[in-house]
Amino acid sequence: MQEMLSGVPRRAALALALFVAAMLAMPLFAGSYVVSVLVVVLFSAYLGQAWNIMMGFAGQLSLGHALYVGLGAYVSAALFVHFGLPPWIGMLAGMAAAALAGSLIAALSFRFGVTGVYFALLTIAFAEFTRIVFNHFGWVGGSSGLFLPVANLARDDLVNLRGSPAMFYYILLALTLCALALGHLLLRRRVGFYWQAIREDQEAAQALGIDVFRYKIAAVTLSAVMTAIAGALMAFYDNNLYPDTTFAIGRSIDIITAPIIGGLGTLFGPILGAFVLTVLSETMTNLSSAIGINGLKQWIYGATLLAIVMLQPAGLWPWLRARLRLDEAKR
Amino acid sequence: MLTYVSIIVAGLLTGCVYGLMALGLSVIFGVTRIVNFAHGEMMVVGMYAVLVLNQKLGLDPFVMTPVIAAGLFVGGYALQRGLVNRYIARPEHEQFLLLLAVAIMLTSSTLMVFGPDARNVQVDYAYDSYEIGGVLVDKVRLLAALGAVGGVAALWAFFRWTRTGKSIRACADNQVGAQVVGLDVKRLYAVTFGIGAACVGAAGVLLLLLVDVQPYIAADFTLLAFIIVIVGGLGSMPGALLGGLLVGVSEALSGFMVLPSLKSMFSFALLIVVLLVRPQGLLGRRA
Amino acid sequence: MSPPPLLEVVDISKRFSGLQAVDAVSFSVPHGGIVGLIGPNGAGKTTIFNLISGVLRPDAGAIRLDGRDITGLRADQACGVGIGRTFQLVRPFGALTVLDNVMVGAFKRTASTTAARRTARQILDRLALADKASAAANSLTLPERKRLEAARALATEPKLLLLDEVMAGLRPVEVDTMVRVFADLSREMGIAILLTEHVMRAVMALSQSIVVVHHGQKICEGLPATVARDPQVIACYLGAARTKA
Repeated sequence: MQEMLSGVPRRAALALALFVAAMLAMPLFAGSYVVSVLVVVLFSAYLGQAWNIMMGFAGQLSLGHALYVGLGAYVSAALFVHFGLPPWIGMLAGMAAAALAGSLIAALSFRFGVTGVYFALLTIAFAEFTRIVFNHFGWVGGSSGLFLPVANLARDDLVNLRGSPAMFYYILLALTLCALALGHLLLRRRVGFYWQAIREDQEAAQALGIDVFRYKIAAVTLSAVMTAIAGALMAFYDNNLYPDTTFAIGRSIDIITAPIIGGLGTLFGPILGAFVLTVLSETMTNLSSAIGINGLKQWIYGATLLAIVMLQPAGLWPWLRARLRLDEAKR
Repeated sequence: MLTYVSIIVAGLLTGCVYGLMALGLSVIFGVTRIVNFAHGEMMVVGMYAVLVLNQKLGLDPFVMTPVIAAGLFVGGYALQRGLVNRYIARPEHEQFLLLLAVAIMLTSSTLMVFGPDARNVQVDYAYDSYEIGGVLVDKVRLLAALGAVGGVAALWAFFRWTRTGKSIRACADNQVGAQVVGLDVKRLYAVTFGIGAACVGAAGVLLLLLVDVQPYIAADFTLLAFIIVIVGGLGSMPGALLGGLLVGVSEALSGFMVLPSLKSMFSFALLIVVLLVRPQGLLGRRA
Repeated sequence: MSPPPLLEVVDISKRFSGLQAVDAVSFSVPHGGIVGLIGPNGAGKTTIFNLISGVLRPDAGAIRLDGRDITGLRADQACGVGIGRTFQLVRPFGALTVLDNVMVGAFKRTASTTAARRTARQILDRLALADKASAAANSLTLPERKRLEAARALATEPKLLLLDEVMAGLRPVEVDTMVRVFADLSREMGIAILLTEHVMRAVMALSQSIVVVHHGQKICEGLPATVARDPQVIACYLGAARTKA
């Protein structure tokens, strides 16, 4: 704990403590609607953090992260539905599947020198390909979907992941905070330095003795595994899975907008981005159902994205952090 | 056997239109290195424009093609000059987000104005077909393909023989060198964007004769355009056409031989293979 | 019997579809010695650097470091056995601080962040960049960036440092400073240096021996004074001398 907190300025540590305290207390005061919205926020925040490790730290643009969400979700859900395998074990299997997929895609791509935009397109292709395959995969329900039995218990069952939104809320909060801690740790260790060097200038990094190939694969694999965890939780929260939504390119895009808006490469950026975008989206949904124009919500969403890209391209968190004077410590 | 030939021919014809659509993307990316994620959305705007003009003025879509192309040229030019230009040297994810935002706004605009239902345009000869050597060829499809090939040829001539065209090619090859000899790179980039938009607009008009339009088809076509451009080869005009033909035929065949819902799968598999084995595409130059 | 050299380059060749960039070049660098590699533009100097540092693989020939064959090692592996290099166009990790940049190099020899930071600070002191430690690398001036590039490579504890036109773009006063820095470093830390340069002032001041290449071939090798007077060398730089009737 001590080692983790060294180098973090007092104000920042205090702000973080306040934030954590507020989040812990939230379900006690807020209604079920707010809690369910916050669950969406936390999913988005955590997924953003997982993606941020690959992109913000190591500089590899993936536009097909829905693949890992889907693998985590489907593997754990299918094992539960067909074999009664406990969700947390199934999650491990999902993580393994995602690790395999991620490292395979990364190894193939980087071995053949596919980088940048071409790599991004490759990730889209793999995700789409998998989506179509799953649409025809009867054992997991195909395009009609996979459904988990919804147990109507009076209390939360953590072991079997059957429970109220509040239970998922706390699980996700813990996950998000762990991801924050992990990111912080990684950045201060050699691997974090090496990833950033690769992001800045791959060839110069190689000349300094960094095995670029291996480190890039590591970033992709870690990101994939983290994403799969969220996928598994999503399966047990929603209780239904469809390839066309789970593996959708729309989901991949949703995953990346929050961290980009919040601040790529920063630790807290994905979290802030998740809050901003989810609140915006919910407000728009409520507003447009009141006004009743089809498409208005998306238009305002798009306009907001445009405004942020134009005015604060580095993301909202660097700006907010400077205003609150929480700037990260000089090492 | 004849059925197969008919299907392949239909695929080839549709592929020509795909080729024109992808050409717009190839030109934009080849010259400005910007990945136009709003490509499909621009096409859909063009398609809706045709719809409106057809309803109001009763004009045949073919006749309107140059008009739509011109309109989209202006739109593309303005978009690049006013907005996209500032992001030329910025990181890829910023460019991506910018065009994504534009795409979302375009799609939602069409959604707000036209609603979510599928629409199409009806022409008198929609059900005519020719029989050539026992093979059935839709008149509409044939005309659309001819229009597309005409568009590609016109573009090829433009880049080969006009001053502006050659200047644009110079920019693509060597941006700094182009500036040194006095070319106005900003204006040329805007022209390029306009041309790309015009292409995709023209392709949209032709495509409207073959498919229905709906706000949400845009994303699928953006993706399709990418696949075609990568497979055919970036910066290669014949490549875009070849890629379009390949995808058109593979879609038609897989739709017939296997389940229709699997047809995109082959396109994606093709993309993966090409990216790994020959990333510059079938006809592209090695970077 | 002189001690074996640190670096031995034996008959290396490299061809780029139609152009023989390097043609059976051989030379050596003694332990702790400083050798200059010069030649007109396009002579093959940077290609030789790339072959030694692992960016490219030679088509033929061998490269030995301390008696061990290192031909064909990747760039990161070459760094591991003790070859450090700077680039002609400096490539700092712009978004990182100066200290972080050097730490990246230091991490090659230690996994500990504390140790890496300590090493980095020491090196920054040596190269007079200590006061810029927390500055962003892309805020430095050109001479500072050149020193940063060298610092970063030095942090990997190289036995041999390859300097690729490190004096380019510097004013004479700055050149003299850099010459002093590298001469001191080589002497105090026992690092051998192979430098390629167009700035003759620096080459003459630093090098203990000079190798001249032209059209991918070695045309001369020896003491600086000897090489400067060699007619072939003069011819390749200035064109063939006209003999007075």
